[in-house]
Amino acid sequence: MKKAKRSKIVSYNKWGYIFLIPFVVVYLVFQLIPLFSTIYNSFFENYRSGLKQIGPNFVGFENYRTILTNGDLLTYTKNTLIMWGLGVVPQIIISLLLGAWFTDPSLRLKFQRFFKTVIYLPNLIMASAFSMLFFTLFADSGPINSILMQMGIISQPYTFMSHVWSVRFLVAFLNFIMWFGNTTILLMAGMMGIDISLFEAAQVDGARAGQVFFRITVPLLKPILVYVFVTSLIGGLQMFDVPQILTDGTGDPMRSSMTLIMYLNKHLYSKNFGMGGALSVFLFIITGILSMIVYRFATGKKED
Amino acid sequence: MNAEYMKEESGANVHVRRAIAYTVLVVISFLCLFWFYILIINATRSKGELTQGFIPFPSSHLLDNWKGLISGTLPVWKGLRNSLGIALCSAALSTYFSAMTAYAIHVYDFKLKKFMFTFILMIMMIPTQVTALGFLQLIGKMKLDDSFIPLIIPSIAAPAVFFYMKQYMESTLPMALVEAARIDGAGEFRTFNGIVIPLMKPAIAVQAIFTFVASWNNYFTPALVLHTDTKKTLPILIAQLRSADWLKFDMGQVYVMIAFSIFPVVVMYLILSKYIVAGVALGSVKG
Amino acid sequence: MKKKALSLILCSAVVAGSLAGCGGSSAPAADGPVADAGPEGKTLNIYCWNEEFKSRLTDHYPGYVVVDGTHGTIGDVNVVWNITPSDDNAYQKNLDENLLKQDGAAADDRIDMFLVEADYALKYVDTPYTMSVADLGITEAELANQYQYTKDVMTDSSGVLKGLSWQGCPGVLIYNREAAEAVLGSQEPADVQEFVKDWATWNDTADKMKAAGYNMVATVNDAYRVYSNNVSGKWVQDGKIVIDKNVEQWVKDSKALVDKGETTTAELWSDDWSKGFYPDGKVFCYFGPAWLINFSMAADVEGSIANQGGWGAVEGPQGFFWGGTWICGATGTDNPLLVADIMRQLTTNEQIMADIVKKDSDFVNNKAAMEAAATKDEYAFAVLGGQNPLSMFCAGAGKIDLSNQSEYDQGCNEEFQHAMKNYFDGNAATYEDALALFYQGVKEKYPELSY
Repeated sequence: MKKAKRSKIVSYNKWGYIFLIPFVVVYLVFQLIPLFSTIYNSFFENYRSGLKQIGPNFVGFENYRTILTNGDLLTYTKNTLIMWGLGVVPQIIISLLLGAWFTDPSLRLKFQRFFKTVIYLPNLIMASAFSMLFFTLFADSGPINSILMQMGIISQPYTFMSHVWSVRFLVAFLNFIMWFGNTTILLMAGMMGIDISLFEAAQVDGARAGQVFFRITVPLLKPILVYVFVTSLIGGLQMFDVPQILTDGTGDPMRSSMTLIMYLNKHLYSKNFGMGGALSVFLFIITGILSMIVYRFATGKKED
Repeated sequence: MNAEYMKEESGANVHVRRAIAYTVLVVISFLCLFWFYILIINATRSKGELTQGFIPFPSSHLLDNWKGLISGTLPVWKGLRNSLGIALCSAALSTYFSAMTAYAIHVYDFKLKKFMFTFILMIMMIPTQVTALGFLQLIGKMKLDDSFIPLIIPSIAAPAVFFYMKQYMESTLPMALVEAARIDGAGEFRTFNGIVIPLMKPAIAVQAIFTFVASWNNYFTPALVLHTDTKKTLPILIAQLRSADWLKFDMGQVYVMIAFSIFPVVVMYLILSKYIVAGVALGSVKG
Repeated sequence: MKKKALSLILCSAVVAGSLAGCGGSSAPAADGPVADAGPEGKTLNIYCWNEEFKSRLTDHYPGYVVVDGTHGTIGDVNVVWNITPSDDNAYQKNLDENLLKQDGAAADDRIDMFLVEADYALKYVDTPYTMSVADLGITEAELANQYQYTKDVMTDSSGVLKGLSWQGCPGVLIYNREAAEAVLGSQEPADVQEFVKDWATWNDTADKMKAAGYNMVATVNDAYRVYSNNVSGKWVQDGKIVIDKNVEQWVKDSKALVDKGETTTAELWSDDWSKGFYPDGKVFCYFGPAWLINFSMAADVEGSIANQGGWGAVEGPQGFFWGGTWICGATGTDNPLLVADIMRQLTTNEQIMADIVKKDSDFVNNKAAMEAAATKDEYAFAVLGGQNPLSMFCAGAGKIDLSNQSEYDQGCNEEFQHAMKNYFDGNAATYEDALALFYQGVKEKYPELSY
């Protein structure tokens, strides 16, 4: 940022505070109070059994100790990261690929308008409606099984919801379908900001598509890419609705598709603010650490 | 490697690459549109026919299902109006104020700037499920139960939207532009509203769509806040249809209602997507 | 979806005439709206999760006037409906928060009346938040004609009755006549009952069915409620989780059935469950009440078994029920007289009961009315090939014993079925592994329990 006269800067910079007012006020009123009570509650035994309130009794770090010692946290973190990875890797690859194709002048793809429009459409369907369709398609007597059987790949119907990896893949697949359009749109909106003459110049210089992509598109898209990585990581760690609905909240088989937030949700059934609060703090720490790593790795610097 | 050679190679490959691109795009388009097809197919089947499992052809009960839905007791049209109102307001407030917040952090230099940025990023990491119950108790205490306000106003503080706006400004908003406006004597608000906002159109369109869709499909909070039938949003009415008693329960109607509630959001998307798609298309045509 | 509020059809036949004999005599106990009778409040708040009770009240309660979808009036009392869908447990979350605020709430904001389903009824009944039916002035004599199990569900741990229902939902075993004829040599109910009279015989029949290419039931979950309705002890005793023998029997029987390929582990209401509604689905039997037979088995679709009248009904191995909605008066209501009158009118007034049967096809909670109907030919079910199963339903309703319900039923039953699915599918190596998963799930829902 250029430095002008100091007094001038100061007179402008008070606007920074003014522009922050709406955000801060709304945040303080609607979110901060619940947040503090979450952390506060994590030090108490505090839950409800039916309509009976139990606690709050101060227990110090007991809730944290319980979570750390029963080993569940690690299992569910692993599950979450596996299903996130299965979905997010193809999601980012496809999004980048589509972005590159759409901006590549040498390809001159037709029907671009159509393709760009349809990719986001699945995101408009509610997750609960989506899962109704999935249950129909992947039923033992459903079309996927009959196709596979006709092709001779399997002889017996495959029970998709009873095998560890098929459930994980279905969750990842549904997440992918729902969210890759979202990512692509973010990237495309970012690509708009790139001066088209740069691509033309590169083409004149005889750069290959790959080179154009890695030397021009990616560096200029960096802030948006960082955004995509960080938010998809955070979104991934908070993965909830798809596995929750597909497995009816059980995370079966044997909780191999139970995510961290599904686990948290189990505690919210009994309004267990103690365990729920402690779990949230752990979740917050895990997310924070991973996001910081991604952020630094991607920007190659400390955040400004 | 000289330029000549690379040009030849890319010329030879361009057909192959184009073929691959088309194939992938067609497969992906199928994967995207297929779901709408089954939803509509299922909306044409009676509740009895739906027990047969998946059948890829339409049946003849679309009108019956629709009439059954409309003549039922659920205020479908009011639900549409409520959903539209809440989603539009949320999208407008969220994008405008997030852009403002991002502008504050991006353009100005003040003591708490770094702290605020980190702080907002941290907020993003807090799972919403955790604070939801506390939020509801708060709503009760503020006497905002059964009102649209708790569904709209909190969208002003949307960390993810803010973060996107901030990143977008980093790649597209030159400081020189702001300074030029100042030299011209424009006030800070006018610079923001008159120069920055128009520049941010693609980013605003993107986040407006996302916020609109998220609000449109939200069930959790509205279900616990809204109680009067005429104030309910479409996802609540769908859920209510699904928990109907056996005399009235009808999956055919549920599918019609789902199809009905997707329709407006598709239209909204097509309108807003022009800002994104047209812009990129313009670029490629020039190339 | 399985915890749907349920209503019950008798059949499409007109019923009014047949019930006229037992109805009509008992006029409403209190004349007209009781709102003016005391210092009653001006607003009646009713909490529920769908439109069912609203339409019963609208159609059958004398003096109810509709204002709009969620408002009505009875005399000068405003009726306010607070309808929250049950998806994602939203109904109970909303109800809980408001019941807990009941003491501090203004008179007109307090909940006056709310509805519950059987599997979580005791969560509310066994608390001071529900009013005793006796305190509302309804006597035991008035309830003499109601099925005992509908009262068991609403009786708290000290024996006090806390709620009433206008419905009964006893179930029967519904069998595929064609399969019975082919495999068992007869499709007559009396003969078929011999092959399913207890679980041991039932399991033997499953082997025979398998040999002929039929699955005994669509899924193990079909039979669950039949076993779990007939337990000899509560899920939780002295703060400890106890697995009942009958439930353990379900695990043993189901595991054997699944291993032999005689059934599946599909969810109820899934496509794999409903495929047996058609001849190609090759399923021998379902367990269900009358509403399932009449409303959910695709009778309107050509080619379905129900459409051809191809089902038969027998009592099956054990009695059970499925569904039903109960009315509770909320403690702290400022309209106790009106609440009492609504409960009395809708669950005991024989004329209204007869009207409900006629208009809404509910299986009403009135022994005399239903037993009279059981003898009438016009109650023959088309989907059952002309069989009149009402006497079977009546007998079944009388046999159900729900004295072993507990407030933990909803959580325990859900977790148990989910955990055991892992065992049946082979994902849990042993029963003990699946049991560990069950205990873990229950501990998360009810942290105070031990095992």
